[in-house]
Amino acid sequence: MSFLSYLINGISLGSVYAIIALGYTMVYGIAKMLNFAHGDVIMVGGYAAITMMMSLNANPFVAVLVAIVVCTVLGIVIEAVAYRPLRNAASPLAVLITAIGVSYLLQNVVLLIFGSSPKSFQSVVPVPDLKLADGALTITGETMVTILSSMVIMIVLTLFINKTKAGQAMLAVAEDKGAAQLMGININGTIALTFAIGSGLAAIAGVLLCSAYPSLSPYTGAMPGIKAFVAAVFGGIGSVPGAMIGGILLGIIEILGKAYISSQLADAIVFAVLIVVLLVKPTGLLGKQIQEKV
Amino acid sequence: MKKFGKVLSVLTAAAMVAGTMAAPVAAEDTFKIGSSGPLTGPAAVYGNAVMNAIQIAVDEVNEAGGVNGANFEFNPQDDEHDAEKAVNAYNTLKDWGMQMFLGTVTSAPCIAVEAEAANDNIFLLTPSGSAVDCITGGDNAFRVCFSDPSQGTASAQYIGNNGIGEKVAVIYDSSDVYSSGIYGTFQAEAANQPFEIVAAEAFTADSKSDFSVQLQKAKDAEADLVFMPIYYNEAALILQQADQMGYAPTWFGVDGMDGILSLEGFDTSLAEGLMLLTPFSADADDELTKNFVAKYEEKHGEVPNQFAADAYDGVYAIKAALEQSGATPDMDASEICDLLKVGMTEITIDGVTGVGMTWSADGEPSKEPKAVVIENGAYKGM
Repeated sequence: MSFLSYLINGISLGSVYAIIALGYTMVYGIAKMLNFAHGDVIMVGGYAAITMMMSLNANPFVAVLVAIVVCTVLGIVIEAVAYRPLRNAASPLAVLITAIGVSYLLQNVVLLIFGSSPKSFQSVVPVPDLKLADGALTITGETMVTILSSMVIMIVLTLFINKTKAGQAMLAVAEDKGAAQLMGININGTIALTFAIGSGLAAIAGVLLCSAYPSLSPYTGAMPGIKAFVAAVFGGIGSVPGAMIGGILLGIIEILGKAYISSQLADAIVFAVLIVVLLVKPTGLLGKQIQEKV
Repeated sequence: MKKFGKVLSVLTAAAMVAGTMAAPVAAEDTFKIGSSGPLTGPAAVYGNAVMNAIQIAVDEVNEAGGVNGANFEFNPQDDEHDAEKAVNAYNTLKDWGMQMFLGTVTSAPCIAVEAEAANDNIFLLTPSGSAVDCITGGDNAFRVCFSDPSQGTASAQYIGNNGIGEKVAVIYDSSDVYSSGIYGTFQAEAANQPFEIVAAEAFTADSKSDFSVQLQKAKDAEADLVFMPIYYNEAALILQQADQMGYAPTWFGVDGMDGILSLEGFDTSLAEGLMLLTPFSADADDELTKNFVAKYEEKHGEVPNQFAADAYDGVYAIKAALEQSGATPDMDASEICDLLKVGMTEITIDGVTGVGMTWSADGEPSKEPKAVVIENGAYKGM
């Protein structure tokens, strides 16, 4: 029974990683850059929602919408100000370092505005917990909503990329920027759109992360961001279903590692598994689909 | 301009001290107590609490006839929670003729000042410097508060003596010296106590949002009490997750738990029944506490915190040790220090942070900690 309970907890932790990893992998797949500030955009989304709900007494649904708008705008601004000017820099390291800089910038600005004391987030999920086997197993409403949202986002993203004109443009940009431009595709617009979508997803991930683990501080996004990045690499970075599978597997491995090996070594185990997977299958679990790029 | 400001503040402080004394007496007829703490800057809340409380206690002692026929004279200095400024403040106080040092308020400056005070053989009693090293510089240093690791021992004894748990689970942060230090001493003391530690689960700074595994293990081990030597932020998450999985043991915390009721957005009903060990509870109904809280509220318009309580007891500890050793105000600081070193280990005092407090020669206090329990969203003494 406790194994089942660990498994359920692993899936709920994994679903949070998965929904964050979707945004990571989406941006990487198109723009070919690791947006290390993704985790912090999530945190900003959390603060936007909590401010709406606590200070302005907004309806949770409105708060989520506002968070999405705030993060989308933030994503576009970050891309235009910090990443675009460096896109053709001699070294791809330039934009990577800038991303780390943006990450610290966001943390410190939020620290300045909201202070360092953590806030307790009230769940926006109206779904009640599901109790199984006389209450011995609990699947929280947050878990169900997070998994459902991840699936819906995964399907909608895949459809969007494969079936719409903008999505096709994204694929073309991902394939070859120069050629895409020659074919009349607006590269700047397409990449900006990618960041807008990725950051909008980050807002949803932020609200769900804070609903599942209701503590919000300026550093809330940092560690889940890194774990989600691992999940994306684990599943094959650039692959949308890979991010989903990688996230959930990572959550399960982390919880089972904590439960059966050592609660102190949880992170070491997670990263050791990552190393093994990459040694055996360097492109990640679903790495083959990488040619189809999102 | 800055210098002028400092001089001015010293003068004002001196004037305040002089103004509060019933009858001005010649300098050699008073015991001179100096103190430093952060009176400005981010940690000012602690420094001001300590200075306010010392002043209240000093006034009380003087009104009641003083110590060995002499009054206390008190001089507070600002150290801005900075080690260098604290040493400067200490030197200023030495020039003033300080005979005893009742400070500093925070740990890092205290370690620096204690190095100087040990050299000069000046008696040092820190109300609230809880780091182990605050008083290890020499045999001249004592403290009023519990040291960080001694909270573990005290918690284990409290749980054992009052029989509030038989099977105990511990959830602690193995990446934090405060938390793992308390856990270490708790575990050591648990061997002498009637309860059993059935699960000891750690987490680290990098994975402190999901506690489902730690809670599940505690639940599977049938723990009826969970000891959490951690800060209130993680504790709030633990309480929420335990509530979701329907696990309701007795929760027990230490001073890092103080603050959980004011965590923004936290549903305080989850903390109902949570016990925490803290040396001071402002709503305890003994005469000493009621008198101190009433006076503090009247003068400063707020409820005194644990720092203030420690400082208040510090003055009475010095008074008792001076009386015990028969020190007189005409002695110099070093003579008084030698007397107080012995005197401190011979006294037993009842204060607002504990009843029957005694000190060992290494400077650590021994007192019964008070436990409070959260009832109806507020602390209640037990």
